[in-house]
Amino acid sequence: MGKKVLLIEDEPNIIEAVSFILSRDGWEVKTHSNGHDAMEVVRLRAPDLIILDAMLPGKSGFDILTEIRSDAAVGETPVLMLTARGQSKDREMAERAGVSQYMTKPFSNADVLAAVRALVTP
Amino acid sequence: MAILNVLALVCLLYVVFLFTVAFAADRAARHGRGKWLRSPYVYTLSLSIYCTAWTFYGAVGFAARSGLEYVTIYLGPTLVMIGWWWTLRKMVRVGRSQRITSIADLISSRYGKSNLLAVFVTILAVIGVTPYIALQLQSVTLSFAAFSETEQAGAALPDMQSTALWVAMGLTLFTILFGTRNLDANERHHGVVMAIAVEAVVKLCALLAVGVFVVWGLSGGVSETLARIDASEIARFEVPGSRWIGLTMLSAAAFLCLPRMFQVMVVENEDEDHLRTAAWAFPAYLMLMSLFVVPIAAVGLDVMPIGANPDLFVLTLPLMAGHDGLAILSFLGGFSSATSMVIVAAIALSTMVSNHMVMPIWLHFTGGSAVISGDVRQVALLARRLSIAGVVFLGYLYFRVTGGGAALAAIGLISFAGVAQFLPALMGGLFWRGATRTGALAGLGVGFVLWQYCLFLPSFGPSMIMPQTVLDHGLFGLSWLRPQALFGAQDMDPLVHAIMWSMLLNTGAFVLGSLLSFPQPIERLQGAQFVNVFDHSSTTGGWSGGMAQSEDLLIMSQRIMGATEAQALFATAARRQGLAGYLPEPSPDFLQELERELSGSVGAATAHAMISQIVGGAAVSVEDLMAVADETAQIMEYSSQLEAQSQELARTARQLRQANEKLTQISVQKDGFLSQISHELRTPMTSIRAFSEILRDTSDLTAEEKSKYSSIIHDEAVRLTRLLDDLLDLSVLENGQVVLNTQTGLLSDLLDRAERAAGVQVGTLKVERERAAEAFELTTDLDRLAQVFINLIANARKYCDGDPPILSIRTHEVEGRLVIDFTDNGSGIPSEKQAVIFEKFSRIGETKAGGAGLGLAICREIMTRLDGSVSYLPGQKGAAFRVSLPLQRRMAAQ
Repeated sequence: MGKKVLLIEDEPNIIEAVSFILSRDGWEVKTHSNGHDAMEVVRLRAPDLIILDAMLPGKSGFDILTEIRSDAAVGETPVLMLTARGQSKDREMAERAGVSQYMTKPFSNADVLAAVRALVTP
Repeated sequence: MAILNVLALVCLLYVVFLFTVAFAADRAARHGRGKWLRSPYVYTLSLSIYCTAWTFYGAVGFAARSGLEYVTIYLGPTLVMIGWWWTLRKMVRVGRSQRITSIADLISSRYGKSNLLAVFVTILAVIGVTPYIALQLQSVTLSFAAFSETEQAGAALPDMQSTALWVAMGLTLFTILFGTRNLDANERHHGVVMAIAVEAVVKLCALLAVGVFVVWGLSGGVSETLARIDASEIARFEVPGSRWIGLTMLSAAAFLCLPRMFQVMVVENEDEDHLRTAAWAFPAYLMLMSLFVVPIAAVGLDVMPIGANPDLFVLTLPLMAGHDGLAILSFLGGFSSATSMVIVAAIALSTMVSNHMVMPIWLHFTGGSAVISGDVRQVALLARRLSIAGVVFLGYLYFRVTGGGAALAAIGLISFAGVAQFLPALMGGLFWRGATRTGALAGLGVGFVLWQYCLFLPSFGPSMIMPQTVLDHGLFGLSWLRPQALFGAQDMDPLVHAIMWSMLLNTGAFVLGSLLSFPQPIERLQGAQFVNVFDHSSTTGGWSGGMAQSEDLLIMSQRIMGATEAQALFATAARRQGLAGYLPEPSPDFLQELERELSGSVGAATAHAMISQIVGGAAVSVEDLMAVADETAQIMEYSSQLEAQSQELARTARQLRQANEKLTQISVQKDGFLSQISHELRTPMTSIRAFSEILRDTSDLTAEEKSKYSSIIHDEAVRLTRLLDDLLDLSVLENGQVVLNTQTGLLSDLLDRAERAAGVQVGTLKVERERAAEAFELTTDLDRLAQVFINLIANARKYCDGDPPILSIRTHEVEGRLVIDFTDNGSGIPSEKQAVIFEKFSRIGETKAGGAGLGLAICREIMTRLDGSVSYLPGQKGAAFRVSLPLQRRMAAQ
C-alpha cells in the first residue's frame, strides 16, 4: 500500500494528469477541488503529502498552508505547492507560510514525481 | 524838508509799533493767552485788507472821475457777506477740514490734488496780484511825494524810486519775520492778523478824521457839503447799468477769489462763527469807509487847483489847509492800507509759490531723499522766505517798469478781473460734484487767455506790449479778434467787455469740459468731500486746537510696534525733551518721528491717519483715506496672491497625489493583470505539457486513454488560443486602436445571428424574444455588436441554472435610447460580485466554463466604442444585462 497523497486543485485536467502520474508510481491519490473545506479534508485524510494549488475557489492555497502549519495533528505534513503564479513574491509568501517545496506550472511530470518521492520519507 | 523828516520819523515809529503789536500777539498766542486775539472783531478787521491803498486814496479819485461808481467796489463784498455768507461758511469749512493753505491749494485739492492746476492758479494769481502790489508801493511813494511837493516841487522825483525800494524791503522783512515763523501754513499768523487789525482801525480812523475835517472844517457843515456835491460834476455822472452790474459782480468775485482775502478769510479763520459777526460788521466797516468819499471828492474838486491828482485828495486837502498832523494821520492810514495788503498778499502768494512750485521742483531734483533726514522744514521755510522776497520784488519791478503811470483804480480793476477767473472753478468745485479737473483747467485757461488779451496786455498802453494794429484791427488782422471788441461786441466799455467775455467763456469752457470728461476716483471723492462738506465735518478741532494725548499715542503705538519697542521709543523721546521718566510732549518733531516709526509697520498713510485721529481729532482727509485704502488694497492683493499661490500649491499637490494614486492603482492593476494572464496562460499549458509528457513517456496507454488525453491537449490548446485572441481584442479595444466597420442591418437579424453563434440550437437554453419590437434598423459595427450579444447569450448558456434555463430578450426605448435587456431565470449574480463582473478575469461562480473572464470586459469596451453601454440590471430574478445604444430610425414595416 503506497503512501497517501492529497491533491488539492481546481483544474480538472491537471487533477487528472497528476493523479495519473502518481498512481502509476504507486501512490494513493485523493483529490479535492475547492478551498472552503480543504482543511477538513486534510484532517480527515491525514495524508503523507499534500499537493496544493495556490489559487483555489473559496480559500487561497497560502491560507490553507498557514492553517495546516498551525494545526497540531497535520502540521508536520510536507506540502508541495504547484502554482500558475510564477512571481517571486508568491514564492516568498509560500516560503513564509512554511511550504516544503514550491513548483510553478507548467511543470515536468518527472520533476513532480521526484519532488513527491523526496518529500515523503519512506 | 522838516515835515518829511517828521513823516519819516512817524512812519518809523508806526512800523516799530506794528512790529511790537505783532510780536506781542504772537507771544500771547504761543503761550495760550490772549483770548481776545481770537475775537470775531479781530477777524472782521483783518478782512479789511480788502480796503487797500486803492480804496483809501483811489475811491476818492474814482468818485471824482466817475461819480458813484466807486460804491460798486464796496457793494460787491457787502452782497457776498450778507447774501452769500453760507458760501463763505462752506469755503471756510472746506478750508479747515481739508487743511487748505491757499486758493491754489483749494482748487487743486478739489480737482484731485492736481499740481498742474495748482501751478496754473499760482501763476495766474502772481500775474494778477503783482500789479496790485506795485499799486500799493506806488501809493506810498505818491503820498510821500505829496508831502515833498508842498515843500519844494520837483525835488521828490529822485526819491520816489528809493522810497518804493525802502518800503518794499521793510515790508519783506516784516512779512518774513511774522509770516514764516511756522512752517504750517494752516497755522494762524496771530501777529500778522493783529497788526492788520490795528492797521484797519488806523485807516478807518484816518479816513473818518479827514472826512470830518473836510465836511465840518473845510466845507462848513453838512448842508454846505451837500450843496457842493450838487454843484460838482459828481452829481451829474450817470453810471451805465451794465458797468454797475459788471463792477459789482467783479468786486464780489474778487472778494472771494483774491489770494489775500482767502488767506484772512479762510486760512486765518479761527472759528466758523466769526463769519456771523463779520456778515454784518464788515459791511458796516465798508460803509464807514465809503461814508466820506463823495464829500471829500466834491470838496477836493472844488477847493484844489485844476489838475491836482484826485487820488491824493485825502492827503492833499489837510496839507493844503495846513493841518500837518491830520495829514500825517491820513498818510498813516494810506500807509496802513498799503502795507497790510502787501504783507498778506505776500504771505498768500509765497505759500502758493513755495508749496506748488518750489517744493515740488526741489523734491523732484533731490529725489525726496532729504525727507528722511528731516530738513524739509528748513527748505520749506527758505522757499517761503525767498518767495516772499520774490513776490514783493516782482511788485517793485512792475512799479519801476510801468513808472506808476496809470490811474490807481484802473490797475485795481484789472487785477480784480484777473483773479475773478478763479470763480467758476471755485464755485463749481464747492457746489457741483460733476465739476472735473479738465473742466477747471479749460475754464481757467480760457479765462486767463481772454483776460490777458482783452484787458491786461492792452492796459500797458498802446504799443507797449500789444501792437496798436492788433488793438485796432484785431489779431492777424481779423476784426472779430479785436481785444476790445471781441466777436463783434462793439462799443462796449473795455472793462465790462473783458469781464463779460472772459467770465462767460471761462464758465462755458469749465462746464463743457466738466461734462465731457470723466473725473478720476480721487476727484470724485474730493468732489463729494467738498460739495457735501457739511455732512461729514465738524466745526470744532484742527491740528493746533487740540492737545495730543501722549497716553493714547503710546497705547496705539504699543498695539502696532509691540510694547517694548514703543516704550523705548517714548522713553528716548522724553529724555530728549528733558522729561525723563514721563511721557514725552507730543511735539511736532516727536509726532513726525512716531509717524515715521509707525509707517514702517502699517504704511505711511495709515500711520498719518492714525496720528491725525489722536492728535486733536483732526478729520482724516480724503487723501489720507485714499492712501489707506491703497495700502490696504496692496496688502490684500499681496495676501490674496499668497493665498492664490498656496491654493495653487495645494491643488498641484492634490493633483500629484491623485496622479500618484492612479499610477499606483494602475501599477497594482497591471501587476494583477500580469499575474492573472500568467495564471490563465499557465493553466492550459500545464495540462498540455502534462498530458503530452504522459503520451510521450507512457508506452502502455490504452487507445481510449490516448484519445482522451489527445482531446484534452487539443481543447486546452484551443482555450489557449481563444484566450490570446481575447487578450489581443481587449488590448486593441482599450487602446482605442479599433477600426469600426460600420454597416446597416436589422436588430432582429443580428440577434438571430448571435443565437446561432452562441450555440443555442444545440443546448438546453430556450431564448424568448419579441420579434415585433426588434424592428430597428441599426447603423453601427454590426460584427462588434453581435460579439456582445453572443457573449451575453453564451454566458446565459454557461451559467444559467434555471430549470429549464430560459433567456428572455426584450427590446424597447428608454429615454430616447434603444435598450435590449437579456434576462435569464437563473439564480443571478450575487450583489457583491455585480460590481466586478465587467472587470478583467472576474468569473462568476466557482465553476469554470472555459472562459478566461474577459468576455464582459470586452463587451464593455465594445459598447463604449459604439457610444452605447452594457450594464448589470440588479433586482431581476435571474442574471440581467442591459445593452443600450443611441436610438436610430425605427423601420416602419417589419
